Amino acid sequence: MELLTINNVWMMICTALVFFMHLGFAFLEIGLTRQKNTINILFKNIFIITVGLLLYALVGFNLMYPGEFNGFLGFAGFGLESPLTTQGALDLTYNEGYTYWTDFLFQGMFAATAATIVSGAVAERIKIFPFMIFVVLYVGFIYPIAGSWKWGGGFLQELETPFYDFAGSTLVHSVGGWAALVAVCLLGSRIGKFKNGKIQAIPGHNIPLATAGVLILWLGWFGFNGGSVLSADPGLTSLTLVTTCLAAAAGGVVAAVVSYLRYKNLDLTMFLNGILGGLVGITAGADQMSPTDAIIIGAIAGAIIVLAVSLIDRLKLDDPVGAIAVHLVCGIWGTLAVGIFGELASGAQFVSQLIGVVSYAVICIVSSFIILYTLKKTVGIRVSEKEELEGLDGFEHGMDAYPDFRLNEH
Amino acid sequence: MKKIEAIIRKSKYSAVRNALHDVGVNFFSYWDVTGLGNEKEGHIYRGVSYSTSDIQRRYISIVVNDDFEATTIKAILDSAVTGDVGDGKIFVSDVQQCYRIRTGEKGGNTLK
Repeated sequence: MELLTINNVWMMICTALVFFMHLGFAFLEIGLTRQKNTINILFKNIFIITVGLLLYALVGFNLMYPGEFNGFLGFAGFGLESPLTTQGALDLTYNEGYTYWTDFLFQGMFAATAATIVSGAVAERIKIFPFMIFVVLYVGFIYPIAGSWKWGGGFLQELETPFYDFAGSTLVHSVGGWAALVAVCLLGSRIGKFKNGKIQAIPGHNIPLATAGVLILWLGWFGFNGGSVLSADPGLTSLTLVTTCLAAAAGGVVAAVVSYLRYKNLDLTMFLNGILGGLVGITAGADQMSPTDAIIIGAIAGAIIVLAVSLIDRLKLDDPVGAIAVHLVCGIWGTLAVGIFGELASGAQFVSQLIGVVSYAVICIVSSFIILYTLKKTVGIRVSEKEELEGLDGFEHGMDAYPDFRLNEH
Repeated sequence: MKKIEAIIRKSKYSAVRNALHDVGVNFFSYWDVTGLGNEKEGHIYRGVSYSTSDIQRRYISIVVNDDFEATTIKAILDSAVTGDVGDGKIFVSDVQQCYRIRTGEKGGNTLK
């Protein structure tokens, strides 16, 4: 009972930290985009966390953790139903690490993250209503179904060498990243991103806010990874926080160095993306790595970020905030790294990790393509040229993020 | 009366202000402006280099009596110069009349 209380408190702190990550995402996304689309991005992010949580309560939680099921798709019924003891009190034997309620809320905070990743990649040009429809379907159904394959005890958990994804390099970050990739392909690039085949810079309007966003995300990751221990186990939680922070630091430093060597410029935005790359990279195996492993994984993720951002540009894909490089590419790297470094490293594990990556690629690409392509062919997913040029804030929301001061009668 | 308008580097503003005070010019207005010029500023954002000719400067507007024209211009020329492209410009034009709102008086005395 004492232990459960301690565990449960830690899990609720972690839940709050993961919630805080949504502020980090919001700051990062508006910082790296233009002023005229700020309200639109914030609106999307607020929509995702609110509707995402409601959907997770209604269907998501029971799709993701259906209990005994066929390994691919199961559903334990609508809504939340707390397990009760014979006396009618909350059954505290539900789990030794947390109560049923904590379990729901912690997982619910994760669910919304996947769609937030997409929001950054499609920023400044997607129509808001089709995006909302996409979020409802993706967060409400695709994310939990895909999640059940591993965390719900599905077929990836039942492999001879079970697929391993500690806190969601694949289950959360790649799931968001694959959809971001599909969405960016179907949407096309922002007006002015490519002129006569040449890549143009579209600088973000508030780099201090982007910096705050990244540091908030880093803090949130204490809960994202620390809570994924699913208890307050002293050894595992403290190791996990150490590996998480070392990977973040290594990712940032290496991204800054590589970007300096390539571009002869100390680019803060690459430094920031490198930190996030390191965090996403360590997430799959944060409890399995030694500090040295964590630094290596983070460092490689940092290098990958710089190369991936440049590659995505050269493929003529327009990802304003680097979401595909950070969440998809580093998510895949982190997942595969579990088979290469740390306690689980082995050939068989690497194959299982590969099976996991491919399985998620299939469900995410197919489902997000069907949803977004249908929306594109029916209601359209892209705003008009006029709206894009003048800014989505005025057209979709009738607001300015930073209204000009007007002359007042004093 | 002359109106002397100068576009100067923001970094030179306090030097220009002090130089103007030293020669007895105590009234003027200024504001920040963005404009185009010969200077190009190179930037790199996320690995993509770009240059912008939009440059930030400070705009000073001074109205003086004719006998102050030469000293005012010399003060600005001496204090605002760095020798690099982008130091700015000075424009001089005639002013027809000047009124002091408090008293309604007009003419060169209002500038003293």
